[in-house]
Amino acid sequence: MSSLSPALINLFYLISVSLFIVGLQRLSSPKTASSGNLIAAMGMGIGILIALLMPISSGDNNYGVIAIALFFGAAIGYVIAGRVLMTQMPEMVSLFNGLGGACALFISIAELLNFHEHNSIDPATYLTTLLALLIGSVAFTGSLVAYGKLAGSVKDSWKLPKANIFNMALLLALISAVIYQTQYPTSIELVYIIMLFALTYGVTFVLNVGGADMPVIISILNALTGVSAALAGVMYDNKIMLLAGILVGSSGAILTLLMCRAMNRSLISVLAGGFGGTSVSAVQVGDKMVKEVSVMDASIMLRYSQNVVIVPGYGMAVAQAQKICKELEDQLEQVAVNVRYAIHPVAGRMPGHMNVLLAEANVDYSKLLDLEEANKFLKDTDVTIVVGANDVVNPSALDDPGSPIYGMPILEILQGKNVIVLKRGMSSGYSGIENPLFFNEKTKMLFGDAKNSLISLLEELKVISD
Amino acid sequence: MNLIIEMLTNNLTILFALVMAIFLGFELISKVPTVLHTPLMSGANAISGVVIIGAIILVRQSESYNYVMLFLGSLAIVLGTINVVGGHAVTNRMLQMFRKK
Repeated sequence: MSSLSPALINLFYLISVSLFIVGLQRLSSPKTASSGNLIAAMGMGIGILIALLMPISSGDNNYGVIAIALFFGAAIGYVIAGRVLMTQMPEMVSLFNGLGGACALFISIAELLNFHEHNSIDPATYLTTLLALLIGSVAFTGSLVAYGKLAGSVKDSWKLPKANIFNMALLLALISAVIYQTQYPTSIELVYIIMLFALTYGVTFVLNVGGADMPVIISILNALTGVSAALAGVMYDNKIMLLAGILVGSSGAILTLLMCRAMNRSLISVLAGGFGGTSVSAVQVGDKMVKEVSVMDASIMLRYSQNVVIVPGYGMAVAQAQKICKELEDQLEQVAVNVRYAIHPVAGRMPGHMNVLLAEANVDYSKLLDLEEANKFLKDTDVTIVVGANDVVNPSALDDPGSPIYGMPILEILQGKNVIVLKRGMSSGYSGIENPLFFNEKTKMLFGDAKNSLISLLEELKVISD
Repeated sequence: MNLIIEMLTNNLTILFALVMAIFLGFELISKVPTVLHTPLMSGANAISGVVIIGAIILVRQSESYNYVMLFLGSLAIVLGTINVVGGHAVTNRMLQMFRKK
């Protein structure tokens, strides 16, 4: 196995890292994205091949064990990836991300065991390994909790009392334990405690984040896994791990900031869990009335419109209504009504969630308007249909300084002539904030399951269009 | 403190590469349209599975009777491979939907 000289290995490292960079770059444009993913996968393949073939100083290679583990991992990953529904994509990405974190956690704890067993402790390597352990652990349990929250098995109300103080104390304890252990690495017990604390921190820090902030937290966890991979790369002096990990870390960080900006919130306030059911808005809604609309009236409004905008939100994903939206669009286009989709950057539970769902339903992406385009288009819109969106169309963000979302850029659908809101009932949104949109004079409510309402609208439209 | 300075001076070249990689990551992502945020994240997530390389090295460097290492290492390989293969496959599925147009 010594046929690979160090120079050759370095050359392959360079090729592999370049493939990752080209892959990521191509992933950032719709035309080239598909090839970008394949190119990045090739980079990964080369990296794994080198890891398998490069000469090692000690050990028995254990190729049998590796082959079996690779086979099982690949089979499980491939099957899961083929089965998952597009609406479950946020959970899926969280789960995969958590597994990457767990991988970093296991190899770091193994290496730390090695260090202590052989008593060969180089402080710099020791510190990076501890940090890889710490960050990998946080990413692992954090992603699992995020998975639970997105899948609905972890409730948003499950929060520790005084969570911010608890988290801060835990973080401080972690940092001091790492500093102490690096300076006096005499026993391994403290390493286990650090791991335990880090695992706990992952749970408590994600539990504390409000449901509406999930897109931010998924980006953060993604970045953390990247950083833990990079630290593990320092540990093995492996440049592919280091550079690819850092690329993921920094791209995850910038995505996090983009998401925060889209909600006009600071990262700190997201982590402190500002969005919650407890915030009180200045708007009193107790005695206000909403106007209901019948399916018949709503379809007539749509039929005789020029421009119609559909605003999808998480409710569309839950109701699996993306395909019906597309059918409604086709039906309306047949009678020369212009249909566009207005996509808020944080609609859904992960960045770009709505785009994926609508792409699944074959909606042409030139019809998807981002925040800025949508707000221009909305001025000439006759009817806006809100399908399971709430906070991203809440006008309190514009005019109610008492509202927790005040200042967040929203889709200004009240600029159009009419709004139809498809809604199950009068409960407030995922973030628990009251929405004065429902009581606006331009707004009419169509109560019921979003998908069923859309089906009835579609059928009625077919009748009156004939 | 000495530890940190020692780390920095020993790894100067790699630190240059690191700083470049950070800026590169920022540059690559900051211009991405919303349409691609989800595939991009899941693609980046698959790339972070690169940590599997470490798991492979760990198992190779272990003696064949060191069951603790073999167990931890192979578990890490399984989880890492799920992340890599699943991540790329799921990204590919999403991107195929965009390409149909």
